[in-house]
Amino acid sequence: MAMKSVKSNKMRTFLTMLGIIIGISSVIMMVSIVQGVTRDVADQVAGAGTNMINVTLTGQGTTRELRMRDMNELVDEHPEIIRGIAPNISGRATVRQGTNNNTVNVVGTNPIFSTAQNVNAQIGRFINDEDVELRRNNAVIGTFNVQDLFGGRNPIGENIRLDGVLFTVVGVLEESAGGRQGSGDDRIIIPYPTAMSLFNSGRIGSYIVEATGPDTVGQAVTLTERFLLRELGSSQAFHIFNMQNILDMFDGIMGQMALMLGGIAAISLLVGGIGIMNIMLVSVTERTREIGIRKAIGAKRSSIMTQFLIESVVVSCMGGVIGIVLGAIGAIGIGNVIEVNAAPEFSIVLFSFGFAAFIGMFFGWYPANKASKLNPIEALRFD
Amino acid sequence: MIKIKNMYKIYTMGDNEVRALDGISLDIEHHEFTAIVGQSGSGKSTLMNMIGCLDTPTSGEYYIDGKEVSKLRDDQQAAIRNEKIGFIFQQYNLLPKLNVLENVELPLIYMGIPYKKRMEMCREALEQVSMTDRMDHKPSELSGGQQQRVAIARALATKPPMILADEPTGALDSKTGKEVLETLKNLHKDGKTIVLITHDNDIAAQAERVVRLADGVIVSDTKSN
Ligand SMILES: Nc1ncnc2c1ncn2[C@@H]1O[C@H](COP(=O)(O)OP(=O)(O)OP(=O)(O)O)[C@@H](O)[C@H]1O
Ligand SMILES: [Mg+2]
Repeated sequence: MAMKSVKSNKMRTFLTMLGIIIGISSVIMMVSIVQGVTRDVADQVAGAGTNMINVTLTGQGTTRELRMRDMNELVDEHPEIIRGIAPNISGRATVRQGTNNNTVNVVGTNPIFSTAQNVNAQIGRFINDEDVELRRNNAVIGTFNVQDLFGGRNPIGENIRLDGVLFTVVGVLEESAGGRQGSGDDRIIIPYPTAMSLFNSGRIGSYIVEATGPDTVGQAVTLTERFLLRELGSSQAFHIFNMQNILDMFDGIMGQMALMLGGIAAISLLVGGIGIMNIMLVSVTERTREIGIRKAIGAKRSSIMTQFLIESVVVSCMGGVIGIVLGAIGAIGIGNVIEVNAAPEFSIVLFSFGFAAFIGMFFGWYPANKASKLNPIEALRFD
Repeated sequence: MIKIKNMYKIYTMGDNEVRALDGISLDIEHHEFTAIVGQSGSGKSTLMNMIGCLDTPTSGEYYIDGKEVSKLRDDQQAAIRNEKIGFIFQQYNLLPKLNVLENVELPLIYMGIPYKKRMEMCREALEQVSMTDRMDHKPSELSGGQQQRVAIARALATKPPMILADEPTGALDSKTGKEVLETLKNLHKDGKTIVLITHDNDIAAQAERVVRLADGVIVSDTKSN
């Protein structure tokens, strides 16, 4: 019965639904994109390794230098929480192989770097402890460098010169960024003592602390902080940051953004709901005589109420479904443009549909109640 | 079946007071065929609306099958309209968007009859008025007489003991009017209580009892046999 009246007024029904359509589709679109971006960033961060903590030594407020030996005390104190520490000396150097030369990022570190940063050798091997102890001039190079310096042929065992110093290539890194210049695929990793002499620097400014697992990262941060404070005597002397912190911060920002966008969408849904109420009130007035007839032949208040409520719920649910479809198309489309998978999650689709139904119910209530309370004889006389 | 005691319906508009019912007392027995006549504005429709539980009087008592209507809840009054009374209006009052079958089905839906039983009862009611061949037509596709027959079928669908008809022949030509009247007489023979409002004295003459109203007062009440 209620469906009939919805169908017979197609244009008007559509215009009534428009508010709901716009509201629901913008909710779906905004939430899906925000969720897609968040997922994307989380994936990237997880790929970079969330088990690690970056420590930067600023040198402020202290005269003490922390060497690798000092840092290893931290591992010795808490082996169940901290698995290892990698120094991180980076700089730029000129690389030469035969007639090819270029400027390249050089990282001086130890084998822990490989697990902490999730960076492995695809052929040959990574830097090992012997390389570090014996200060060997061994190097692991990125895939870009293989192309750039060796024209793609196997470089293992070949020599390169970094700022004129002779190095032997012992491994090639797994490709992580499409082999582009300036990316993680364009770098050369060497043992840290070798790097210190290459760059003529006596101190290590940055370390990577690797926790034993995702669950121990929090503890590892606390322990590292306490250790550095004890050793350096000043909180000014160091910075600590952990990917999880960044991820949490990002999540928080995205969450707030979603909330704000959701608020805007909610306002448009409110407007849509008022539109439904408005049309339902018009419909009740137009159909006063029909209501009178129905009452005369025995419709109870609840029957009339139900009829009009179903009508408004059907209208807003239809608007909801159209809004969900349009919102999903929009989200996926925009997702494609910004290269993020923004397909709406099932839960948000379900929530939107439920919300549309709720709006129909909420804003249909007053008109339906008004219809049900009409005096039958006055309604019959109406024309 | 019906007992009205000292009923008033007074409309006040500004200083003006219209006494549509001015102290009416009336009893109608089961199986009676009563015609209510009177000039335009004498209060016939007002009285019928009271009998049909569609309107509330200014004062007075009204009992239907011993129950005082003013003491019933809204839903209980709706149930009385649904189960005890079948209405036939001058303007048919069919729902224009529903077809014949759906119109007749409506009171049965409100009665809570399940679908199969409902269809049976609809068919039965439409057979009584010979309208079974037009069940999927809209009211606008029917003649006035046919529409009134559908309205009668709707009034009969729930098998109410009483039929209230407010000038059912008013909008029809005399031949179709006669047919409708015949239908009502047959219903009376089948045992229904009929209250018929008319200002046509020839039609009133066919009833067992004629109640004449003037200015909201019963001026005569005659039983023919
Ligand atoms: N809602 C109302 N407001 C004010 N006055 C009303 C109302 N309804 C009826 N009346 C008045 O009550 C009186 C009786 O009206 P009613 O409709 O009962 O007359 P009737 O006998 O049915 O007339 P008709 O033969 O023309 O149908 C009339 O004077 C009418 O103007
Ligand atoms: Mg009248």
